[in-house]
Amino acid sequence: MTALVLLDHEEGRIRKSALSAVTAASQFGDVHVLVAGDATVAQAASAISGVSKVLHAADAQYAHELAEPLAALIVSLAGGYDQIVAAAGAVGKNVLPRAAALLDVQPIPEVVRIVDAETFVRPIYAGNALATVKSSDAKKVLTVRGSAFDAAPAEGGSAPVETVAPAANPNVSEFVAVHLSESERPELESARVVVSGGRGLQSEEKFHILEPLADKLGAAIGASRAAVDSGFVPNEFQVGQTGKIVAPELYLAFGISGAIQHLAGMKDSRVIVAVNKDPEAPIFQVADYGIEGDLFEIVPALTAALA
Amino acid sequence: MKIVVPVKRVVDYNIKPRVKADGSGVETTGVKMSMNPFDEIAVEEAVRLKEKGVASEVVVVSIGVQQAQDTLRTAMAMGADRAILVLSEESPEPLAVAKVLKAIHEKEQPGLFILGKQAIDDDMNATGQMLAGLLGWGQGTFAGKIEVADGRVLVTREIDGGTEEVSLALPAVVTADLRLNEPRYASLPNIMKARKKPMETLNAEDLGVDMARRLTVVSVAEPEQRKAGVKVGSVAELVEKLRNEAKVI
Amino acid sequence: MSESVRESMEFDVVIVGGGPAGLAAAIRLRQLSPETSVCLIEKGSEIGAHIVSGAVIEPRALTELLPDWQERGAPLNTPVTSEEMLYLTETRSLRVPMLDRLMPHMANHGNYIVSLGEVCRWLATQAEELGVEIYPGFAGAEVLIENNRVVGVATGDMGITKDGAQGPNYQPGMELRGRYTLFAEGCRGSLTKQVMAHYDLRKGVDPQTYGLGIKEVWEIPAENHRPGLVQHSFGWPLDDKTYGGAWLYHFGENLVSYGFVVGLDYANTWLSPFEEMQRIKLHPAFRKHLEGGRRVSYGARALSEGGLQSIPRLTFPGGALIGDSAGFLNMPKIKGTHTAMKSGMLAAEAVVEAIKTDHVEPSSFTQRVKKSWLWEELHAARNVRPGFAHFGMRGGAVYAALDAMLLRGRAPWTLHFRHQDNETLKAAALCKKPNYPKPDGTLTFDRLSSVFLSATNHEEDQPVHLRLRNPSLWKTVNWDVFRAPEARYCPAGVYEVVDEATAPALHINAQNCVHCKTCDIKDPAQNIDWTVPEGAGGPNYPAGM
Repeated sequence: MTALVLLDHEEGRIRKSALSAVTAASQFGDVHVLVAGDATVAQAASAISGVSKVLHAADAQYAHELAEPLAALIVSLAGGYDQIVAAAGAVGKNVLPRAAALLDVQPIPEVVRIVDAETFVRPIYAGNALATVKSSDAKKVLTVRGSAFDAAPAEGGSAPVETVAPAANPNVSEFVAVHLSESERPELESARVVVSGGRGLQSEEKFHILEPLADKLGAAIGASRAAVDSGFVPNEFQVGQTGKIVAPELYLAFGISGAIQHLAGMKDSRVIVAVNKDPEAPIFQVADYGIEGDLFEIVPALTAALA
Repeated sequence: MKIVVPVKRVVDYNIKPRVKADGSGVETTGVKMSMNPFDEIAVEEAVRLKEKGVASEVVVVSIGVQQAQDTLRTAMAMGADRAILVLSEESPEPLAVAKVLKAIHEKEQPGLFILGKQAIDDDMNATGQMLAGLLGWGQGTFAGKIEVADGRVLVTREIDGGTEEVSLALPAVVTADLRLNEPRYASLPNIMKARKKPMETLNAEDLGVDMARRLTVVSVAEPEQRKAGVKVGSVAELVEKLRNEAKVI
Repeated sequence: MSESVRESMEFDVVIVGGGPAGLAAAIRLRQLSPETSVCLIEKGSEIGAHIVSGAVIEPRALTELLPDWQERGAPLNTPVTSEEMLYLTETRSLRVPMLDRLMPHMANHGNYIVSLGEVCRWLATQAEELGVEIYPGFAGAEVLIENNRVVGVATGDMGITKDGAQGPNYQPGMELRGRYTLFAEGCRGSLTKQVMAHYDLRKGVDPQTYGLGIKEVWEIPAENHRPGLVQHSFGWPLDDKTYGGAWLYHFGENLVSYGFVVGLDYANTWLSPFEEMQRIKLHPAFRKHLEGGRRVSYGARALSEGGLQSIPRLTFPGGALIGDSAGFLNMPKIKGTHTAMKSGMLAAEAVVEAIKTDHVEPSSFTQRVKKSWLWEELHAARNVRPGFAHFGMRGGAVYAALDAMLLRGRAPWTLHFRHQDNETLKAAALCKKPNYPKPDGTLTFDRLSSVFLSATNHEEDQPVHLRLRNPSLWKTVNWDVFRAPEARYCPAGVYEVVDEATAPALHINAQNCVHCKTCDIKDPAQNIDWTVPEGAGGPNYPAGM
């Protein structure tokens, strides 16, 4: 069996999650990747370990990974593949369902585990449940979660690069502009690292102690409901059941006791660090690393240690 | 221009879903159901376009069980003009839904479909894209802002790490992301008035759509509980672990 | 300000509250007079969202209302098959023998174990089929009184921000004007309070006395499930002066309803109803039922225990009080559903008569109640609960048995309640602290993880709906004298003392509120005013509650 992976990229670089998609696809058998646009990316793709062929769609219509032409291209190539895979990022989630519809296939989004060639595990209800589903479609179209699969090594391969003929452009969409976030402080819901504070921060003024640390880590700043209620920070900082649901790579909780409402908003973070002076604080029950102690000593020390 | 907004009845977002003891799914009987929050945003956007004079009529569609009429009434209380209920099994798949919507398109000839970007129950995030594919229309997914002018719609899309603007020829499909707007409350007077707005009921079969599922659920389980990790004695030790063990910094 | 912009709508009858009383009244109204327009509002996000009850219900009133309820699919699916009353000591349990003779009010033959929330959802579909307009998610926030007649209610404004300003999503409330208004808010209704005060409806009756019920629903392994089993207990862990006990019912699909009620006339300020409820599960008599199961839901609600002596005047110009808003619960039976429904049905009859005869006050309601089995039942039961208040738990139980066996409820005397529940607390220094075990995370839990299971939510940006009439009283009364009893009696962790060691202050986590109303009842200085938050806020109890 051969799988085709749509390899998405940004500013000339292959996204890490796309490399994870390669790993996921290799569970089916042989892996070909499709690179739309950028030729340097196609070259880089040939070095990915485990890739046996790179298809490069060089035509200008593919430059911005627009869904309409790209889905048409995938459909034109689909005949030779049993699986079509992409990372569950903005590109994959935009393009693959459209291609699936054109192939009369029900896509399987956000796969976190491939049980066998027909059976997949995916989160539903915002991760509150995991569904194991079996697809009866002859061809499988799936997006996979980057965090669930290791990235394939970017080096070590030497796959041939083949330029593919463009498919007919539906000509219904035009790229206008892209605006990448320039703010130093990323958004809470999409940040890779979140530094969060609770009532233990004691006041609005003292809450600022988290900022140098967040700057160092390129982190967003969050807060527990207790901190929001106490007026330390505005509502939009709130992480939790009734606030924002976050799942960063690293979540650092300072002076947060860990009420279940808060845990509901961050428990899917990959690594959780908790700092609290109460050894009984429930946050320690979910933290990968905990420090018992005074956050007003630990935060500056940690900030300094990251220099 | 007519706008069609599909809406889905889902377990209310305040309810923590409970996996059934036999692993066959998530408990939905007797659980509070509401309109999918992203669909509320879609309805709100359509109603605003009508209030601005861009749209002439807003039609809401739901595909599912009879009780989905409550969801349609809510959408009409928010300002939609009329509703179509397409009866089928509970929670049909995006592919089937997209085909039903294509049939609705043939009947209604809208200039724009606005959908929620995903339903908060099955988290598929696919129906809008699939509908656009079936219709051969442009798709403006994960929209944070839309502007309709000169036979085109300019969609500002939420993408990884920023936003992207695309211009689509009308007719088109747009899917709503969180920041598109903040939906209004359905006020009591408007809920009362919505009872009198027209609602048409159809059967999925009558539209000639094959609703058979392509994905069968083998089992549904609760995710593994997070386990407590280790307590470390110093900042230096923490940094060492984050660097070398967890590899997150 | 908002009066000028809010819309209004006219109905013959407006009903506030979608519990058994309000829904039964609505159904009866349309049965008797199909042309009468009936509008029912409910503050919960849907019918049933705020309903908590045991519940073992007597189908008597339901059979009178909808004789073919079985064919109509009423969710009364688990008949009571066996029952036990246990007296607990710390490690043992003694079965009360000859239960049907000593405690005939506890005999549950012919009754059903139900989820009252499900019953209400079903009643609502019956009412809608009869043409009742039901609007969940809208809270009655204001009683409209004109020329000393109640002419309806207004729903609360939506979209008011924390600081009281109109937010971007502001929607003014709506006036629901009715020729007659029935208040069916359940125990300690916030509008009922206003109506009682305006018309002085409690004049000449005993103070109402209350209980707080806290409930959990468990799903247990099928092999341990004994549908139809009813178990009640009294004794441990409460002392003899504190009225209360626990229940455990097996019902539905492998579900168990477990709960605990404590009389809110308790004296020990350190008592925590929530923690009592948690620790009873550790007793062998309860533990064996729940072990191996998982907790699926949690809720709490105050109930009226006063009975006959505490029932206020029932009618006023333009309306009536029904159900537990009036206090129709039968405490010895620990049942209020059948009495609530009956009172709603009788009020409906009175209203239909008042419409026909153009009476301002549906005053025949009172006579109808007094001529019904409802009154007979409450009259026979009237001395049991005050007996406990007078003679303690064991003495009260003996009195109740004597009352049942020898006097058959026909005692020539009536015992009275002497105090309001807020007057009974003793100062912290005079009370002994119970030693509550820490939650184990399998059988016993903390407050916040419990509230989480009630799916409670309130729009965050709204004014706090729990108001201190005089904020400075908290420190001098609640803290200095009683050490913040609200932090213990609130089953939802709404009241939290911060900076306890340095400068104690009260923090109100209003979003956690499960609308049980205990604070409105038990606060020693009656300083906490429970007002209604934005509609649709509060718990979202699922099926099974």
